[in-house]
Amino acid sequence: MADLKVVGQPLPKADAAAKVIGAAVYADDIVLPRMLHSKLLRSPHPHARILSVDASAARRIPGVKGVLTGQDLPIRFGILPVSQDERALESEKVRYVGDPVAAVAAVDEETAAAAAEAIRVEYEVLEPVLSIEDALRQPGDERIHASRSLPANLHRLQSYEFGDLAAGWARAAHVREDLFFFQGNTHLPMEQHSAVGQWVDGRLTVWSSTQVVHYVHRALSKVLELPMNKIRVIGAAHGGGFGGKTDPFAHEIVVAKLAMVTGRPVKCTLTREEVFYAHRGRHPVLMWVKTGVDEEGRITAMHFRSALDGGAYGSYGAASVFYTGTLQTVTYDIPAYKFEGCRVFTNKPPCGPKRGHGTPQPRFALELHLEKLAEEIGMDAVELKRRNFMQPFTRAVNWLRVTSCGLEECAEKVLAASGYRTRERRPGRGQGFAISAYMSGAGTAIYWNGMPHSEVQLKLDRTGVTAYCGAMDIGQGSDAVIAQIVAEELGIQAADVRLVTADTDSTPIDLGSYSSRVTFMAGNAALEAARKMRALLDAAVDARAGVPFLEACELAETKWGALSTAGSYTPPRIGGPFKGSGVGPSPAYSYSAAVVDVDADARTGIVRVNKVWIAHDIGRAINPLLVIGQIEGSVYMALGEALMEEQTFRRQLGLHKWPSMLEYKSPTFVDTPEIESFLVETVDPEGPYGAKEAGQGPLLPVIPALNLAVHDALGVWIDETPVTPEKVLKALKDGRVGPKMFPAVPWPEPIIVEPPARDDMRVGAELEAAFPSA
Amino acid sequence: MRVNGIASPLPEDPRTLLSDHLRHQLRLTGTHVGCEHGVCGCCTVLLDGKPVRSCLLLAVQAADHDVTTIEGLAPDTAALHPIQQAFHEAHALQCGFCTPGFVLAVKGLLDEHPDPTDEQIQEGISGNLCRCTGYANIRKAVRLAAAAR
Repeated sequence: MADLKVVGQPLPKADAAAKVIGAAVYADDIVLPRMLHSKLLRSPHPHARILSVDASAARRIPGVKGVLTGQDLPIRFGILPVSQDERALESEKVRYVGDPVAAVAAVDEETAAAAAEAIRVEYEVLEPVLSIEDALRQPGDERIHASRSLPANLHRLQSYEFGDLAAGWARAAHVREDLFFFQGNTHLPMEQHSAVGQWVDGRLTVWSSTQVVHYVHRALSKVLELPMNKIRVIGAAHGGGFGGKTDPFAHEIVVAKLAMVTGRPVKCTLTREEVFYAHRGRHPVLMWVKTGVDEEGRITAMHFRSALDGGAYGSYGAASVFYTGTLQTVTYDIPAYKFEGCRVFTNKPPCGPKRGHGTPQPRFALELHLEKLAEEIGMDAVELKRRNFMQPFTRAVNWLRVTSCGLEECAEKVLAASGYRTRERRPGRGQGFAISAYMSGAGTAIYWNGMPHSEVQLKLDRTGVTAYCGAMDIGQGSDAVIAQIVAEELGIQAADVRLVTADTDSTPIDLGSYSSRVTFMAGNAALEAARKMRALLDAAVDARAGVPFLEACELAETKWGALSTAGSYTPPRIGGPFKGSGVGPSPAYSYSAAVVDVDADARTGIVRVNKVWIAHDIGRAINPLLVIGQIEGSVYMALGEALMEEQTFRRQLGLHKWPSMLEYKSPTFVDTPEIESFLVETVDPEGPYGAKEAGQGPLLPVIPALNLAVHDALGVWIDETPVTPEKVLKALKDGRVGPKMFPAVPWPEPIIVEPPARDDMRVGAELEAAFPSA
Repeated sequence: MRVNGIASPLPEDPRTLLSDHLRHQLRLTGTHVGCEHGVCGCCTVLLDGKPVRSCLLLAVQAADHDVTTIEGLAPDTAALHPIQQAFHEAHALQCGFCTPGFVLAVKGLLDEHPDPTDEQIQEGISGNLCRCTGYANIRKAVRLAAAAR
């Protein structure tokens, strides 16, 4: 692969020209003839039974063309098959302030809003459940989801033991326990969610600012009871997701139903306030961790507990619980590992996947915990961490298979560049170091199906080549990656590849732009399709060299007619032989290391970030400009979570404290330091040209590195996020800020899992054949 | 008012926001609305050459003034404006939703300070939010655009 011509080039994004002139069409920019506007009526109560809904006054308002209540959309949906617990409009009870109960379509937005407010809903208010501790107790009135089999307001409960824990503890020379809390926060995409529905001739079309057209397609089909071939979902230009537009949402179903009812196109754009209620953001997580190390500082055993505050519905939560426990073993080599995790329902907007999905919280906990452990035994923390780094081509104790792994190189790059080892030690100035790993796409689909995770089709005729790909470019530049791969194989420029993406009618299946999966999975599919097309083109020109591309295309079409090829990607079976092994496996893991340098003012508590050094094992950078863009964006988003961002609620009322951009603080230009990025290219054996992910992994080490830098500067421990000035001052007074106890959880008996051999690299059928009959 | 150099009638309803008027009546949808209350800067347009938040102005306040939106920045359709070109080249955008507002804020900045210092850049664009880029490439784009002048 020494002579790559297009892959590896730092080319600007495919859609950047349209975006700098304001020509990109986002969902809210779409206007169709006779289009109506829709507004949702949302619950003002965190927890209440709906006694009656009277929409008669709304229906009488001139300009109102359609009104929906819960009776019109009774079928439940949810992103995971195990959590079909949402309704587009609730008819029985509401579970958070902002839960939708009715919807209106009218000739303009103002009329729709007035009509929604004219709908009378009679509620019986119930006692809200607003914290993890409350959710674990028997509720005063009733449970949030009465049909669940688990006690109190528990949503999920997991317990696993991998390897010989007893032997691990016995071997430990030192054991330490710590408690941590990671506060919830939200994605805050610049674009509000928006969708347009159109119903023509018995066929439904929905344009949406979604990250996954396929999942919206599935939810619409289920709730509207329409076959999938009667529904088309198209991804509009995307104004930012970060995981927040990965679930199907009420407004997407409502515009579809209202279009069917009224026979006119219907648009619904959420207000900024509503975006905070749609949420699906970072779970608040309480964590307890206990680790044993031997005399050399090598980990002998680890026990990790997490409790996730899930909000009102399941969303991705069943997976989120696993993610708080599963990736510890691919960063550090842990020979014996116990994981207990639970998720509870609370009367708050549902949490879900935000950049890093369930892994920034344990990453934060583990990096601080190991630093404390090193301090306690008088060992250099970087040295202790390095002695435990995961090694390439190793199978972890929980069966996760690590292939390429550039952890050592990443660490060395940032340690050297930052001068961490020789940093000046004085009060108020500090540096922190941390590492991370992340998946290049989930190895298992979120719902059972045997289809490829991604397919790419190429069409070629005398006009050139077009790539059809289901992945949605959410800004990260996935379109450019697909174009560069196709161009590389066909020997043309990336700009010569036309793209049709994220349209369920014209593009084949792709499981969406989340889980850092597009480069790896759609990239591999594009590579296969392009190699097949290259072979056809070579045959068309009888292997003559130097035939111009369009001439070759015409020769090919003359010979065989218009050509099409397809490529697909299905990750190999990687997970071990146990229930729950589907969450965590990935065909490849990216690795990152970061050093954060801060000034922390003991007088004011203000922490100022001077610089961040970050190295990322990308496998291979198909487009280094876009990769570094993802890294810089991740660092920025991490600093927001580390320093200021929090989604919190008023006690009793369950009201969001700051559902606006003014009050929900996020970093501005002034708050964002210089970021120096290093790419480490380990060339993964299974990634396209060796590529791995870039969108999520680089966020992970920055949050703990920031807290460790504050510790380095002031000697205090802030064992929770975000590090606000108030907490810094409190920590200076008390020595530590953080949770004091982990509540009692009725943990089940653990599932005992026999670990694999460390060098067992088998996957797929070969691995399955080796499983015992169970 | 004149919008992108063309005389344009005021909306009938005097309560209409300038941002809504541009987006809904004139279909100039390059002006985006992110926060709806003057915090994010997505809706920035130029009023007589100065950056303003169109979501904080009534359309009638622009009577007898020149409004420039992202669609009217480049002098013709043959080429991008140097600031647009700089954002494109420097990869100063990802989702692009904040981009029109940033480009116009930078226009105001460079008109005032053709060769801005770091502090002037900070002052000029710290009122605009971006969630994708980490701002690093936006800073580069400002430098690139200043050099291209």
